[in-house]
Amino acid sequence: MTVLATALSDFLHAAVEPQVQVDAIGIGAIYALMAVGIGLVFGVLRLVNFAYGQLVMAGAFALAYASDQDWPVWLGIVLCFVVVITLTLAMERVVFRPLRGKPAATMLVATFAVAFLLQAVALLIDQTDDTLGEPAASLAKLNVPWTILGTDVRKITVVAIVTAAVCLAGLVLILSRTTVGLHMRAAAMDFETARLLGVRADRVIGSAVLLSGILAATVAVMLTVQQPLVTSTFALRETIVVLAGVVLGGMNRLFSATLGGFAIGYASGLLGGALPTAQSQYLPSILFGLVIVILLVRPGGLFTRGPGPVERV
Amino acid sequence: MLTIVAPITLVAATAVVGTFFERSTEIYFINALIAVAIVVALYVFVGSTGVLSFGHISFVAVGAWTAGVLSVPVAEKPATMPFLFDFLAETTVGNVWSLVLAALAGGVFALLAGLPLMRLSGLTAGIATFAVLEITNNVLRYYEKVGPGLNVFSSVPETTDLQQAAIGAIAAIVVAFAYQVSRFGRQLRAARDDAPAARAVGISVYRQRLGAFTLSGALAGLAGGLYVHYLPISVDAVYLDLTFITLAMLVIGGMTSLWGAVVGALAVSGLDSLLAEAENGAAGIDLPSGSRIVVVGALMAVVLIVRPSGLTGGRELNLGRLLRGSPGRRGAA
Repeated sequence: MTVLATALSDFLHAAVEPQVQVDAIGIGAIYALMAVGIGLVFGVLRLVNFAYGQLVMAGAFALAYASDQDWPVWLGIVLCFVVVITLTLAMERVVFRPLRGKPAATMLVATFAVAFLLQAVALLIDQTDDTLGEPAASLAKLNVPWTILGTDVRKITVVAIVTAAVCLAGLVLILSRTTVGLHMRAAAMDFETARLLGVRADRVIGSAVLLSGILAATVAVMLTVQQPLVTSTFALRETIVVLAGVVLGGMNRLFSATLGGFAIGYASGLLGGALPTAQSQYLPSILFGLVIVILLVRPGGLFTRGPGPVERV
Repeated sequence: MLTIVAPITLVAATAVVGTFFERSTEIYFINALIAVAIVVALYVFVGSTGVLSFGHISFVAVGAWTAGVLSVPVAEKPATMPFLFDFLAETTVGNVWSLVLAALAGGVFALLAGLPLMRLSGLTAGIATFAVLEITNNVLRYYEKVGPGLNVFSSVPETTDLQQAAIGAIAAIVVAFAYQVSRFGRQLRAARDDAPAARAVGISVYRQRLGAFTLSGALAGLAGGLYVHYLPISVDAVYLDLTFITLAMLVIGGMTSLWGAVVGALAVSGLDSLLAEAENGAAGIDLPSGSRIVVVGALMAVVLIVRPSGLTGGRELNLGRLLRGSPGRRGAA
């Protein structure tokens, strides 16, 4: 018992270090953006897009290509956005649209299939030269730290937090102040009724998918700074963790889903920064153990109020 | 009657056809039969509850670890698994016992995991089972007292041949059939289709789900035992890829029927094997290496778009309907 108490107090001491906190918030910010991307599409389509990580991966490959061609950084970022948004819209048109309103399991497995496919294509591209993984080097200079009050804050952490804040604020504006945002919120609440009241399905779904693509491209830019070696499994881990976070937070509202994404990123940042090395290999176990406990206590979502949504079993 | 005869016949036919090929091709057939065993195990839970489980491959993994660790000869354990618990290091069991224990381990683990988790439903349950997979994989990867850790299982006797794989798959089918026609299976299906009504007639959804989860965990454990006796697998072989491909097989076949589970497993494995041969330059067409998964992924998406409730529509085989050629009255659930 005392051993456990000592371990816990060591962990807490390590966890309150400003260094650990700043890094954890940085991870949380990126995960929150991914959570919004997944939550937006879920809101209008009731579809859990498992292939979201592969969109990010495609963006990362675009950045790697740009840095391989010695393009300026801004051009690489433009390419990344073009690739990801094109792919997102194509995915919606080719796969999501024909499956609209089909059983949830079918839609989910279809996104598995797309994820498989994109990953396999990426592996084929990756293998055209004989090295595993392509470096996306152009943005790596953001990885150097600033020292603020004795804490090393990497520039990318600041960039990530600011970008996430700007994106989320922009999104709130779109959702609350524009017609299409209003339509999106209405569709997320009750798609059928919204359609009866004149909300155009294709347009509202298209906008949600477009926004989620923009967010995926943004995430790709920021993740390549931290993991400059782009492989076909790029962002796969992150997607799984974010999906858990989104459900944990409460999938039915964008706000709670986003908070869930942030919370799980923050928690994994804390665990990664503060666990002693001997235990850090069991980080996924601890993280997903927490996920199970929280799901059991709050099955409707950690950040939702009142009783959970009534769901068909 | 056709419900049980048709899947068994199909599996037996697959095994018999497999015997006509030499070893290099035969492995595809063994692979397909193991896939049938896993997908049928998955079907026992997913088909009767409608809840997607991402956790079943952890039962496959636990079964594989149990059978694998216990089958390596005592003399060879120190070389490949030096950190094992004493009782594991000093014990070796025969082929049949290792499979029985694999099923037992899978069942017990599913029961323990299910006790808290079966209270959840829908997407929440799905993510919770995913968490079980993550934890199992993480522990098996680094906890070297129960297995080879990051290394592959070497020196496990390779006893899973066509015959054993077929027997395993058929055993799984028989158990799944017996369960789905039992009162428990019917109660759970009733609860899947209309939970409030099922509760109103006194069905405990939690208890029935826990039963199905345990049974399907045991079948998954058995399949894991077969798997480790077939290939020197590592922890990555029983992780995400296997989870997605087996779930895809189930949904592509049609997740609400036993026939669908078997057809889905055989169809996807068959296609995958054919393309693997094509990658090697056989089978008439020549595919560049690595393009197999692109084709499989694309075809899976196409099948789901054209037939959202799976190849079989989620229905058992019905000769009358087949002969009339009518599409059947009810849509699949």
